[in-house]
Amino acid sequence: MFRQPLSVTRRKFMQTTALGATAAAGVLSAPAVLRAQGGGVKIGVLHPVSGALSYSGQQGRLGATMAIDEINGAGGIKALGGAKIDPMLGDAQSTPDGGNAEVEKMNEASVCAVVGGYASAICLSATQTAARYDLPYIVDVGVVDSIVTRGLKNTFRFGPGFGVIAKTALDNLVSINDQAGKPAKTVMIVHEDSAFGAGLAKLLNAQLPDRGFQVLETIPHPTPTREFENVVLKIKVQNPNLVIPANYYNEYVLLARTMQQQRVRPKGIYSVLGGAASSYKFVKEFPEAAQYIMDCNHWFDPKNPKALALKKKVEEKGQFYTYEVYMNYSCILLLADAIERAASTDRAKITAALASSTFSGHVMPYGPTKFVDGQNQGAAPVNTQVQGNDIQVILPTAFASAKPIFPMPPA
Amino acid sequence: MESVERTNASAQEVMLSPVILVPAVLNGLMAGAVYALVALGLTLIYGVLHIINFAHGALLTAAMFAAFFAYTLLGLDPYLAALMIAPLFFLVGYGLQRFVIGPTAHGEDRNYLLVTLGLAVIIENLLLYVFRADTRTINLPYAFDVIEIGAAFLAVPRVIAFVTVMVVAFALWIFMQWTDTGKAIRAVAKEKLGAELSGIDVAHIHAVTFGLGTACVAIAACLLIPTYYVNPTAGDAFVLIAFTIVVLGGMGSILGALVGGLFVGVVESFSSMFLGQSLGQIGIFVMFIVILLVRPSGLFGQQA
Repeated sequence: MFRQPLSVTRRKFMQTTALGATAAAGVLSAPAVLRAQGGGVKIGVLHPVSGALSYSGQQGRLGATMAIDEINGAGGIKALGGAKIDPMLGDAQSTPDGGNAEVEKMNEASVCAVVGGYASAICLSATQTAARYDLPYIVDVGVVDSIVTRGLKNTFRFGPGFGVIAKTALDNLVSINDQAGKPAKTVMIVHEDSAFGAGLAKLLNAQLPDRGFQVLETIPHPTPTREFENVVLKIKVQNPNLVIPANYYNEYVLLARTMQQQRVRPKGIYSVLGGAASSYKFVKEFPEAAQYIMDCNHWFDPKNPKALALKKKVEEKGQFYTYEVYMNYSCILLLADAIERAASTDRAKITAALASSTFSGHVMPYGPTKFVDGQNQGAAPVNTQVQGNDIQVILPTAFASAKPIFPMPPA
Repeated sequence: MESVERTNASAQEVMLSPVILVPAVLNGLMAGAVYALVALGLTLIYGVLHIINFAHGALLTAAMFAAFFAYTLLGLDPYLAALMIAPLFFLVGYGLQRFVIGPTAHGEDRNYLLVTLGLAVIIENLLLYVFRADTRTINLPYAFDVIEIGAAFLAVPRVIAFVTVMVVAFALWIFMQWTDTGKAIRAVAKEKLGAELSGIDVAHIHAVTFGLGTACVAIAACLLIPTYYVNPTAGDAFVLIAFTIVVLGGMGSILGALVGGLFVGVVESFSSMFLGQSLGQIGIFVMFIVILLVRPSGLFGQQA
């Protein structure tokens, strides 16, 4: 029943274009002339900052703009005579159509690359639109594997995709379960029904039985959903050992709180890319509902001083250090490095520089960047668990700050 | 989209146990009560003015925004805010009918349809312009408290909503039955010309009715906001359901709207349970078509 308006309002358009200092002028006049005059390096920063995914979108935008401010503060792009990065902020309005419209506008405004997208469905269509203009595009989060398997030369994904995430998640689940003496045998999956959740549920359904788990039921729901009572009733009655949620922030929180409300307490809640499971916001606001939830998700390198410095800076702003922030922060640094090496704002040269990138100045536990067909090979998720009022890394052991607590102790 | 998969036969037997059926029925009744209140407003306006108010959903959305901002800006609990928002929306409804819909429609059904549809477009887009497409929610401290009834844990806001709707419906029935204005409304509904000849100000009564209908959605909005979200099109979902209820209960019947609403709530609860959350509303619309085929006048409606 939920409809998102498709049009970009005039007001919104003016707002986004006005935010980039020369962007509005860029739309109206010949952009090549502006560049020749030594203007900034124009890049598109695209996120769903309104609509159902607005929280994640705003967090993503925060990470991207913090990186841009740092780069500009440190003297801009040196190979271009210290040119400042000039972001054109776009709002995908939580829909693929909205993302497309913004990419079209960014192309018109002659940006040299685009970063962002966040949701898989938005990334899928925005990268395709960008490909028509040979516009290099760095996907910040979007995990659906087809984003990088369509042979689009312009598209680069810095973070991990489904395939890698699902495999890591299952390997880690088996090892956590084995260590605890195999208490979990049955599973229920609750997922949102767009590209992200449905794709993940399909992968899990195919692979869980091979790993010795029985999937009792797979329950899809739309985004947004404001009522999980019936879903939780089904969980209550079938009493699975494990519940695996795969949905976005609001629905994840609601599901966890409804389970708490209805006193449904399986042996474990193990999410794969759980929208809230490894979010400091969730842990702070609803510590009881969040307690002992495990998640396989994007996470910063806890041993990297740069990552911890960024965490401090974000928290000083009164914001939460969520994965959208550090992934977008890293993507902007990655792009800036490519522009630096390309020593040009030429789209083809930047694409080539990205394709050969070995950038390692990011804050993720990925090692040096290496793209094969647009996918960063080192990208991998980690496992976290909410313990007390903090989120601990429980796997891989190289980064772990705590041991897993499984099964959950009774309430 | 993944369909619901059940890998073992026992799951289906389990689904039919009272442990799950009783809470499902109760959840359905709770949700249905709010549907009933939205439908009550719609059926009241239809019963008296003989128009289908297409602006009903947009007014519901506007009231949800009012309740949202009463909480976030003024710190007013939505249930207390209802005491302010309902009279405010009564005045809005009164004004709309008296000064916009009445004068522009010239008593023609086709015009009513276009004017209310136009109003809906204007209100929704104004809300979109001012508040953007964001989906907003509020977090009440007691939103996840429960009341235990047997094996079922019922969320406190839903129980409050259910009780409030029953009280409002009863009050409305008393008002229609025993007050002069109520009698005048019923007179206008039955025989407009006759009522006018006996000295009833028909334009005023029409506006009062429209105001009452709008006040009903305002209360429904305050009951919804603790457990639902608001965005500029949030009301649409409820109005489609409310139309179904009005047809099910019989056009213009208050009792029909109440019983129909509760029934539709239970149907939705079951269909979302058995067909999956994404398909929950299919049951409602299948039922809608069946009623139109089998009993077009509805459960409590007069034969046309």
